[in-house]
This record gives sequence, C-alpha cells and structure tokens, in this order.
Amino acid sequence: MKTENGKSKMEGAATELVCIRCPIGCMVTVAKRPDGTWDITGNTCNRGAEYAKKELTDPTRIVTSTVRLRNGAQAVTSVKTKSDIPKGKMMECMAALRDVELEAPVRIGDVALANVAGTGVDMVVTKSVEKVG
Amino acid sequence: MNKSVEILVVGGGPAGLAAAAAAKEAGVKAEDILIVERDRELGGILNQCIHNGFGLHTFKEELTGPEYAQRYAEKVQAAHIPYLLQTIVVDIRTGDGKDKGVCGTKYVTAMNKQEGIFTVEAGAVVLAMGCRERSRGALNIPGYRPAGIYSAGTAQRYVNIEGRMPGKEVVILGSGDIGLIMARRMTLEGAKVKLVAELMPYSGGLKRNIAQCLDDFGIPLKLSHTVVDIDGKERVKGVTVAQVDENRRPIAGTEEYISCDTLLLSCGLIPENELSAGLGVELNPVTAGPVVNESLETNVEGVFACGNVLHVHDLVDYVSEEAESAGRNAAEYALRRKPETGQGQQRAEKESAEICDMADAGRSAEAKIQDGLAVDGDEAPNSAAKQGSGIAVKTGRGVRYTVPSVLRPQYMQEEQVIRFRVGEVCREVELVVYFDGAPVMRMKKRIMVPAEMEQVKLKKENIEKHPGLKEIQIAVEQA
Repeated sequence: MKTENGKSKMEGAATELVCIRCPIGCMVTVAKRPDGTWDITGNTCNRGAEYAKKELTDPTRIVTSTVRLRNGAQAVTSVKTKSDIPKGKMMECMAALRDVELEAPVRIGDVALANVAGTGVDMVVTKSVEKVG
Repeated sequence: MNKSVEILVVGGGPAGLAAAAAAKEAGVKAEDILIVERDRELGGILNQCIHNGFGLHTFKEELTGPEYAQRYAEKVQAAHIPYLLQTIVVDIRTGDGKDKGVCGTKYVTAMNKQEGIFTVEAGAVVLAMGCRERSRGALNIPGYRPAGIYSAGTAQRYVNIEGRMPGKEVVILGSGDIGLIMARRMTLEGAKVKLVAELMPYSGGLKRNIAQCLDDFGIPLKLSHTVVDIDGKERVKGVTVAQVDENRRPIAGTEEYISCDTLLLSCGLIPENELSAGLGVELNPVTAGPVVNESLETNVEGVFACGNVLHVHDLVDYVSEEAESAGRNAAEYALRRKPETGQGQQRAEKESAEICDMADAGRSAEAKIQDGLAVDGDEAPNSAAKQGSGIAVKTGRGVRYTVPSVLRPQYMQEEQVIRFRVGEVCREVELVVYFDGAPVMRMKKRIMVPAEMEQVKLKKENIEKHPGLKEIQIAVEQA
C-alpha cells in the first residue's frame, strides 16, 4: 500500500496493495519484471490484476459527493464521476462542485457538471429527487 | 388500503424491498402484500450511502447506495406492490384462536399522520427493520455531553441528505465501515480528520475501505486505542485517546490529547428487534437478531427475518439475496396457509385451532403437522433451534455465530447458504464442516476477519446422504 511514496514503484520491487474494485478486498502483490511484463499474485479475479497495474501506473478513483438543490425534497442530491478520474484530481473535482446548484426535479443520470476539473468525465446525479412547493 | 394481507413487510429498505418483490414473483398477488416504511421514501439507509461499491454481485456493475435502492424500489413499484410511507409499526401480535384473534394470524399495529393508529391482519410477516448504531450512552465514555458528538450514520445523513457539515476537525472512534466512509467524505468536504481510533487490534471495516478512505488521504488509524475522555462543555474541544491492553483496558501513561470539534462514533451496529421481542421472537445473544431455520423463519410460525435485523451484513448484495429467500419462503407459507375453497377454509380453521392448542402445549406444532413426527417433550418451547426434526447448525472453534441455526432438510433448497462470522483475525486456516463430528468439507482460507461475513454452501443431496444427521458444525482450524 506504499504506492504513493514513490520507492515501491521502482521496477522489480513488489508492492502489496488491497484491491478496491469490489468489497472482497484481495491482498494483491504486484511487481513489474525487467522485460516490462507484470507479476501479479493474490487477486481472485481479473479486475484485481487490472487494478494493481493501474494503481502503479495511473491510479484513479470514482469520486462521489453532493451538490446543492433548489426546490427539492432534500437540500442536496448525490453525484458521482461517471467513470474513474485520476486520483490526483479528486480535490479539484470537489472544488468544482462547490459552485454547482441544480433545480429540482433531478433524475439519476442527469449531468450535474460536464467535464469535471478538465478530466473529460461528467459528474452525474445518483439520486432522483422530486420538486416540492 | 387493504387491512388484511397475506404478507406484511416491516421496513422498506433493501431487505424489505427484495423480500416483497420475491414474494410477488413466488405467486402472491401484489395487493396481498404490504410494505410499511417509516421514512418519507423507500430505500432505507442506502439513500444516505452515496459512495460507490454497491451491486457488483447483483447487477455486475458498481452503483452508489441511492442507485442500488432505486433499482429495487422501481422493481416494487413496477410490480404494483402497495407500500405505506411515513408509517411506523408499533406492535405485532399473533392471534391465539381465542379472545386474542384468529389463531396464527398476525395483527400488526401501525400509525401514521393520515390514519392515526390502525391494525393490519397478515398471514405472514417479514421482519426487515434493519439496525441501529451503538450510541455514546452504550459506550460509557466519560465527560460532559457537549454538542459535536454524532454517530457516524447521523453525520452521514447530515452531510449527504441535509447538506450540512457537522464540524471541521474530527476524531472518529471505531473503524466500522460507516466511520471509514465518513472519514473520506468529511475530508473531501474540507474537514480535517485527525485520527480514527479502534479499540480492537483489528479494523471493524472492510480492507478496501481502509485503503481507499484512510490510506488515500493519509488519515491515521490507531488500533487498540480508545477515547477515554471528552473535553468541552458546550461544544467538543478535544478528546483524550489512550492505548488499551489485551483486556481492552486503557494503559496509564499512553494518553494523548487531540483537539477537535467533532467526535464521530462508528462502534458497531445492533439489529433493531424491539418489535420482534414483543412478538415473542427468540433472539440470538451473539447477533442480537432472531434465531432462524433454513427458511429464515423465526420460532414464531409465519414470521420471517432478513437483512440487518437478522444479523448485520457488510454487503447489501447479500442482504438482497437473503431477503429474496425470506420473501419466497414467506410466500410459500402464505400460499400454503391460504384456504382455496369454503371447505378448505373450514379445514384450515380446524388445523389452525389445533396448531394453537399444540403451541399452547409448548411443542413445535409445525414440525408435528408437517412431518407427523413426535416432538421431544423436554425441548424448550418456541425454539426454532429445536424445531422437531431439524438439524442443528452449531458454531465450532473460531466461529461466532451461524445463520440459520437449524436446517429442516424437507424445506431446504438444492443449495443452502450458511452465513457466519469469525471471532478474530485468522490467517492460513481451514474452514471445516463437520456432520455429527466427522469432517465432510475442508476449504483453505488465506485470511478471515471478523469484519467480513463468510459463507459456506451446503448441498441438499449431501445432507440427504446422511439420514439421521443431528448436527452440522462449522469451525476454523489451523491448516
């Protein structure tokens, strides 16, 4: 799990990480061989291998949050990035959401903010909220 | 609204929705089902769980809580299953065949703003009330009662539904999943989460949540630590954290003061079984949920339980799966019970009266009627674990509990799932299933942790190969 300090990203060094692609949370050991191929163990499915490679080369996350809602049955509605975005862009993505205010009603899948933080990924609504009043 | 239904489902969260939908699919008419939900919408606590990771198992895609809830709510709505919102069930009773109603019929008392207090008669009841968070009062933390102390789930509701931040500098006691999820959530919203302290030597949450909620943001997790004092009279000013020994007692000299304005508690969930207890449902002291048989039926005939009211789950996918099973079984029970003709009605009433008489005698009526078997006279009355000819499912070494705890082979599906949790972290072990003391299954496990529910699947045909089987035991042993 020491992928951020740089050291363990060295070629050849094995990194242990917890796969976050599903709640099983496999302990995956991953190392890049000198010939550029990967040595991955501990994963129980292919998603684990994909995750391990990605975590070492280009770590990404889905960001979930809320945006303010006008005239809705609740004050905010929840949103997510439609696909994963670079891990380093998470806080920028949150900052961009601060200025967003939607008008109720909203439906699951509505775009709350297009191309969030220049990632090319849209922020979409994850909870349908009715209009009140 | 129909005041007499075949199946009444208490709770419109993931368990209740899946149970109701499955009951309809199993042949009960939609109008003969009723879901009673206390919140203003269906979906339960999933509505405030806005993070992703739900539904990989069920839908093969990664959904957020509200999205997962909506899929099941839509399923119920598409099936035209009636539901009541902002309505709370306050009491459930079983008729005794005499002055307290028709034998076996469940009388469910509920209330809401429109109708006040009213009673619905039901053939079967599915308990799907979910669970509650362990509160500060239950944790006995010393100090004043200042503002700024919240259960993690309350904070989650404030942030994700009400759109309000409970504080700026946060300490979290307990490493349950909701606490970990809130550590990330509040960090993303600009708060400083200074520490997650966990009393036990292992985390109470899923490994993936430690990785993506704490490690991603550099939030420290201190195992074997607890909060020994809360500072502040009007508002939390800080907490004192100390290390604990193997008996979970604070070690003098290890105290550390951490300034903060908010303390979140994520110290475990407790199934909400006040209604069940009032109905006479036997509870398992380990899970705090009902003792059930293979059909997820409690010791009170026709009362089924599923989801977090039965035992606390870590994955909603398994809640849905379990609830579908409870819903199908409740449907089978209701359809079996429902008289088809006038003559059937009389016979049913006669049998029903006999059932009540036998229940009075403290015997397992259903087992007697279904199997024609004699019930051992000295068995405890009303105990599902001792229902007639059932095979007891027992916990062996390392296993804290099992659900179900009794199997009646004649009612088993082709494959029976036994869910359980281990008592402590076990590495490089074997999970062993014993039939009357003889090992029949061995599975190697690299790691098993208390925070993650485990399961074994038993095939009906294997159990049928052992006629007269009395006890199945599940144990964790060194490989």
